[in-house]
Amino acid sequence: MNAVLPLTRTCPFAPPAEHVRLQETEPVAWVTLPTGEQVWALTRIDDIRTMLTDPRFSADRTHPGFPHLAPGRRAMAGSLKRMMVSMDPPEHGRARGAVVGEFTVRRTAALRPRIQQIVDERIDALAAGPRPADLVPALSLPVPSLVICEVLGVPYADHAFFQRSTEALLRRTTPPEERQVSLGGLHAYLQELVARKAAEPGDDLLSRQLDGGADRQDVVSLAMLLLIAGHETTANMISLGVMMLLRHPDQLAAIRDDPGRTPRAVEELLRYFTIGEFSLSRVAVGDVEIGGKLIRAGEGVVVLSNAANRDPAAFADGDRFDVGRDARHHVAFGFGAHQCLGQNLARAELQIVLDTLFRRLPGLRLAAPVDELPFKDDANIYGLYELPVTWTVP
Amino acid sequence: MTRIVADATRCVGAGQCVLTDPATFDQDGASGVVVLLRAAVSDEGLALARAAEYLCPGRALSLVE
Ligand code: HEM
Ligand code: SF4
Repeated sequence: MNAVLPLTRTCPFAPPAEHVRLQETEPVAWVTLPTGEQVWALTRIDDIRTMLTDPRFSADRTHPGFPHLAPGRRAMAGSLKRMMVSMDPPEHGRARGAVVGEFTVRRTAALRPRIQQIVDERIDALAAGPRPADLVPALSLPVPSLVICEVLGVPYADHAFFQRSTEALLRRTTPPEERQVSLGGLHAYLQELVARKAAEPGDDLLSRQLDGGADRQDVVSLAMLLLIAGHETTANMISLGVMMLLRHPDQLAAIRDDPGRTPRAVEELLRYFTIGEFSLSRVAVGDVEIGGKLIRAGEGVVVLSNAANRDPAAFADGDRFDVGRDARHHVAFGFGAHQCLGQNLARAELQIVLDTLFRRLPGLRLAAPVDELPFKDDANIYGLYELPVTWTVP
Repeated sequence: MTRIVADATRCVGAGQCVLTDPATFDQDGASGVVVLLRAAVSDEGLALARAAEYLCPGRALSLVE
């Protein structure tokens, strides 16, 4: 058996060295995961684009050949069965098609004023509070949580409950039993919310799904999926984005002077950190040749997208962080039919947070050295557990 | 002029095309599916349309000389 492929980052600013080595020497490699499972690992962006758009690769997490990165994950895969992330065509197209209209570029643009208001309120509270402060509970977690409230149509009176539960779910120090209670509480809450929307429809995603004839349980699962997929991811990108720009004052100044540059900066941050690195696994359901290697039906494939997002064939000098580069062709949101449904919402949140935070608190700085920050080396989605910041009051 | 072809059955509605080249692409308000605002682009518009073709995650767009 070949050596076990390391999956954890040793440096927040670089993919694992072994992933880079594979990209250089063996871009389609047969590797052993820490679970002992043997799978193919892809590291070049062209191969990844090809694989993710080939119908002979399946996203079915319950398939025996689907790669699972940690023991125990396979046992949980059944719970995803009814969710679009785990579906293949034509079922996937139907599930995604029923909701994708809620996330168009125009629909997300229309949400911007509300997102701005949410961000302004969080920054007002932060600025009025003590220094130093931890940006994670003050800004990174509440913003995506409140935005999802807005999308789903969670009434204002329930925002505090919603935010408390989602935060408990993600806090590292939450004991497993309490996490289970929070998850159960959110599920029960969404169940009740969907029942309320059925009785009294509003102008929101859940009401429109019900109005379109969707099954109530499916609407509850959809709400859970949007919450789970959109909350932690966006929160981590907010924390990492703020940290990275504070480390690069010249690049921060460039976007503060011209917010027209922020969209590019956001794409660059998404590329540079690639936080959802291991969410692009698939299993072959037919024999397919990729990059000169034959992948047989039943074999699993993992995408090492952090390395892929620095592939020299796609990104010149990819280890350099450069908010001025055109990084839109990254695979941080995936590629193919499952490419992130909430990507435009995530973009809007990140752009608004970065523009507003640095304008409102121009004297913001890190309150701890970067090498002492608690990075999420052990988590599924990369990010920061805490981000202590302080600022000078003008 | 270069003709643009959009295959609605391959579109996954992520809107990369609209972000990249809003003069050429839009999305249907209800289904999220790509809508062509023009059937062809001139040489000046070609670079943006090509970028959209490359970025489209559903490989739904093609440019025909
Ligand atoms: C910066 C933040 C985010 C990142 C990095 C991210 C990343 C990803 C990635 C890599 C995938 C592809 C998974 C695959 O191919 O199997 C994905 C899918 C998905 N994301 Fe996101 N995401 C983010 C924010 C959001 C938000 C805000 C929402 C919802 C409001 C969301 C909802 C979804 C859904 C529903 C899917 C499944 C789509 C499908 O299977 O067709 N994501 N995301
Ligand atoms: S980029 Fe492609 S998949 Fe996305 S909306 Fe446009 S045509 Fe559809």
